[in-house]
Amino acid sequence: MATPNLRIDVHHVTRVEGHGNIVVDVQNGQLKQCDLEIVETPRFFEAMLRGRPYGESSHITSRICGICAVGHATASLRATENALGVVPSEQTVLLRKLNFHGEMLDSHILHAYMLVAPDLLGVGSVIPLAKSAPEVVLRALRMKKLAGDLCAALCGRHTHPIAMTVGGFTHFPSREQLGELRERLIAMRPDVEATVELFTQLKLPAFERDTEYVALRAKGEYCYIDGEIASSDGGALPLTDYRKVTNEHLVRHSSAKRTHHMRESYMVGALARFNINFDELHPKAKSAAAAIGLKPKVTNPYLNTAAQVVEIVHCSEDAIRLCDVLIKRGLTWEEPVKPARLSGEGVGACDVPRGTLFHNYVIADGLVTGANCIIPTGQNLSNIEGDMRALVPTMLDRKPPEITLALEMLVRAYDPCISCSTHMLNVRFE
Amino acid sequence: MSAKPKIAFYEFTSCEGCQLTVVDSLQLYPELLEAVDIVRFREAMSEMGDDYAIAFIEGSCSRPSDEAPIKAIREKAALVVALGACAHLGGINTIRNRHDLGEVRRFVYGDKAEWYDTYPARPISAVIKVDAAIPGCPIDRHEFVRTVKRLLQGRAPELPDHPLCVECKLKENVCLYLRGTTCLGPIVRAGCDAICPTYGDSCEGCRGLVPNPNIEHLKEVLTEHGLSVDQTLAKMTQFLTYQVMEMEAAGHGDPQPAH
Repeated sequence: MATPNLRIDVHHVTRVEGHGNIVVDVQNGQLKQCDLEIVETPRFFEAMLRGRPYGESSHITSRICGICAVGHATASLRATENALGVVPSEQTVLLRKLNFHGEMLDSHILHAYMLVAPDLLGVGSVIPLAKSAPEVVLRALRMKKLAGDLCAALCGRHTHPIAMTVGGFTHFPSREQLGELRERLIAMRPDVEATVELFTQLKLPAFERDTEYVALRAKGEYCYIDGEIASSDGGALPLTDYRKVTNEHLVRHSSAKRTHHMRESYMVGALARFNINFDELHPKAKSAAAAIGLKPKVTNPYLNTAAQVVEIVHCSEDAIRLCDVLIKRGLTWEEPVKPARLSGEGVGACDVPRGTLFHNYVIADGLVTGANCIIPTGQNLSNIEGDMRALVPTMLDRKPPEITLALEMLVRAYDPCISCSTHMLNVRFE
Repeated sequence: MSAKPKIAFYEFTSCEGCQLTVVDSLQLYPELLEAVDIVRFREAMSEMGDDYAIAFIEGSCSRPSDEAPIKAIREKAALVVALGACAHLGGINTIRNRHDLGEVRRFVYGDKAEWYDTYPARPISAVIKVDAAIPGCPIDRHEFVRTVKRLLQGRAPELPDHPLCVECKLKENVCLYLRGTTCLGPIVRAGCDAICPTYGDSCEGCRGLVPNPNIEHLKEVLTEHGLSVDQTLAKMTQFLTYQVMEMEAAGHGDPQPAH
């Protein structure tokens, strides 16, 4: 029998980063309200950057998020470098890509094993799993530790990176460290295979809703840094046109801004990257996708976690390749490239674990005078609500706790990073 | 043997990176889970316990509506620990305290600024009594585990009260002053193993000032090395704005930020 009246109010969704509420109101079988409220405190990073020396920007903005600290730092450095005419060396580009894989692995492992898997195994957190399935938890911790150690070798620590600076690095791993990381990444392959195996067995909910998918794209690589902004609805724009994609606006129930591009909403993140850049995945990652049953274009948002597992395979294999390249060409202790000028405007973009991230700075005489950061979770919020509005009417014959769990799992599937997403946008540059 | 002590994690204005570092600490010391019973850790678990002896609070208090939940934690917990620079010092969130907050809200939220409640960001100790602090942005995982051990043994955690330079020398790092870079090492509390200078960056002060920092002497040393006093003291407005503004209010008048 259909539920004529239903009220769901999940105060502070758990196992996500930051504070969000799910509010659903159904009266006489009609959906009256279906919101993902963002109740995180406003944080005002863009306002705080104003007046700071450009060199501090990446250190301040990495503090937006503890999970994607390397991503924020990288996007910030690219924005500053584009503003000040800095072209980083080939070695810097390789090290940044390797560092990025460390963060991608860390974040995806955390999300797949510790935040999502408990739902699929019917427990409230990873802690009971330590007793019931210790090998699964130990595997997750082992893989996550290697990801963290990779970032630590390159930039001091994953949260918050130290050695990344405008124009390069202030510290370099030794050849021995790189060799050891390479060996450990190779030794991790059975754990990566077991992760793929686990996600071929776990059943993610069935739900289809086609939407627009947006990700960075570059020829010849599965793009995480720079490139152009590509849409599954066709076309691509240069990074400097990011505002034409994001079209930010405010809604009353959220301290995070909403975005839309060609449709009412779009999706960013692992699933969007998978749909747009599938051809560029490492062959082993393509095999993993086939094993899990993913084939572009995937339109079930719950499968974002499965796409993350495919990326775990890609990033670990590409990290091995990058270690090989760096060892072969040899590391030199390079001084960071000096800025060509001290005033200018620049955009930096990265596809961080949760999707496309933009930083845009205006710098005058070495001080930041304008800043705009657009965060993946902020871009996904409208799409999550679109999914919720499509999902709830199909579930009205189910019991409220079941509907609530399906909605919580949907929100978690996007791996939202809410403390990132709040407060991000300024409307004017001064 | 009594039941395992119950501990809870809470977060206010922050990046949740210190709680992630707690997760990383468990990678190093999984046996910690045998010694305590975690009843609340929203970022990692759905279970929500309301009965706990030790509360770890990450993040600053940055709006009036956060004060009531912070006070409620104090009423329940026997011990409250500030976790990381935002909770301990106010941290990066306090940069905005130097600006006109009405203007800051308008800058980010435009004509919808009134929707978003805020006030000057502050450390948790500005709202309730705090029993201990684990400094740093983020916290040091070894120091976290040391602190938990001491709390479980009923001993007060101790923070080093010597400046960072001591640790930096023991690491045999080349002094950044000799490389022409400013650094807050002489006045900032040690305990991080000088991780930033070791990775080529100067100390930004995330662990807070040593007791009675000798700022006059710092100025002399900077002048000796031909480094800018203004630029160095301006670095204090990255993590230490709340403390700097307190010093100014107390009439020390010094240091003034350069920007």
